[in-house]
Amino acid sequence: MSKKIYERPIITKNQAGFLNKFGSSSIVKPKVEIDGILVKDLVNQWGSPLFVISEKKIRSNQRNALRIFKSRYPKVQFAWSYKTNYLKAVCAVFHSEGSWAEVVSEFEYQKARRLGIPGEHIIFNGPDKSDKALLTAIKENAKIHIDHFDELYKIIEITEDNNLKANVAIRVNMDVGVYPKWDRFGFNYENGEAWQALKRIAVSKNLNLIGLHTHIGTYMMSADAYRIAANKLVDLAKGLKNNYNIVLEYIDLGGGFASHNTLLGQYLPAEEVVPSTEQYADAIASSLFELSANYDELPTLILETGRALIDDAAYLITKVIANKRLSTGKKAIIIDAGVNILFTSFWYKHKITPANETGIHTEDSAIYGPLCMNIDCIRESIVFPNVKKDDLLVIEYVGAYDMTQWMQFINMRPNVLMIMQDGTVELIRKAEDIDYIEQQEILPKSLKLS
Amino acid sequence: MKAYSIPENIAISDSGFIFLPTTGETFTLNETGKTIFKYFQQKRNLDEIINSLLDEYEIDRLTLERDLEDFILRLKSLNLLVEL
Repeated sequence: MSKKIYERPIITKNQAGFLNKFGSSSIVKPKVEIDGILVKDLVNQWGSPLFVISEKKIRSNQRNALRIFKSRYPKVQFAWSYKTNYLKAVCAVFHSEGSWAEVVSEFEYQKARRLGIPGEHIIFNGPDKSDKALLTAIKENAKIHIDHFDELYKIIEITEDNNLKANVAIRVNMDVGVYPKWDRFGFNYENGEAWQALKRIAVSKNLNLIGLHTHIGTYMMSADAYRIAANKLVDLAKGLKNNYNIVLEYIDLGGGFASHNTLLGQYLPAEEVVPSTEQYADAIASSLFELSANYDELPTLILETGRALIDDAAYLITKVIANKRLSTGKKAIIIDAGVNILFTSFWYKHKITPANETGIHTEDSAIYGPLCMNIDCIRESIVFPNVKKDDLLVIEYVGAYDMTQWMQFINMRPNVLMIMQDGTVELIRKAEDIDYIEQQEILPKSLKLS
Repeated sequence: MKAYSIPENIAISDSGFIFLPTTGETFTLNETGKTIFKYFQQKRNLDEIINSLLDEYEIDRLTLERDLEDFILRLKSLNLLVEL
């Protein structure tokens, strides 16, 4: 007699009254492949954990965003936000789509220059620009966005000492009805500080005032906040035209568009509550047209969109290390990707999917990383199918900030691949090894052990 | 070898539906879970259960033992199994 097919023993507690109006969760569809390449083949060759970025997806995101804005406003320029993901290959894809570079440190500025981006296509933001970095940026005609009066006076000093002219804008912070209010960067609109700075720049013979910039926040869930922001910048721009006959080259609305990652504590999935790119674009374009009826005087709209263009273009493949039961009986799944490489799990409920078929049974589970630290929790609670040791999972929406805020802690950072448009796979960042980590360290002779 | 028993007041139907009268909770077992649960009710010890399952199902001993460890922990946490 043939034996019965074995299925792992499972007990499910029946719950009444817990179904919500959206119904029960549907059967988990495994994420077997990324851009046509099997997840298991990628791991067999490159190991786990493994970051995988889709070139095709980055390009389609960027083209889509550009199309949406250009169909509403004639002059649009994107500048890739380096801090969101500054891997060379990622930046290069954005630049080849026509994006400039938006950097917030000397290090990021150098990265953009090394990739061949000319100074005039670099927007230099941020509160910390050294004298040396400022001098270089001024000489290379970068667009310097001034953050505070100390920086403004430093730029005046450098340009006068070196007989140079600097292309500058100011960053403006403002109340757009969204809290928390971001008022630590730039000059405030409501208290007149921004106008005071603009007046000082307008009368300075060594400074070309070319733009206005604001960045109202991150993961903004209100498109209307951008309308308010654009209106306030338009008001300043009108003041410059009327008082100093300065016509600005551009207005930079920064970034902050929400991606489709769901925040911790957010009840509805992001897809259902986050404004569409069209809504952001409508809000911004309608305000900018207020500035002038003359096409030549219309400023270019610069956008520093980061998260919304890269988040869904990257995946983190991870392997199940173990299943265990917590003291409460709750199931815990331990995976080989920790918070050191998935920093965003501190604020997102990432989409996590097995890479192979699983049974229909699901169980409330916690997902922990491999670090021997209590903080290493990828998800406190997720209804997840039964997976076993060595099964592969795919974590989605990991393109923004994970590959810049990651850290070498207990474990090293893994390989990063890019699946190219033609379906080939390129290694774009090598996994770290002990030599890489230790090359910066110096052991004093007196401490050498025999 | 460890032995376990199912509290006397717990009822299980042929379809694997469990009713816990003390709390009113109900549970559902899959086919394998139901078989194991009934073996526990018959007060078989773990060795006997493992051997019976190996005869009945297409499964290797190590995987079965690993799954049983987890199943037992889960049943204990739900107050459906007592260690003797």
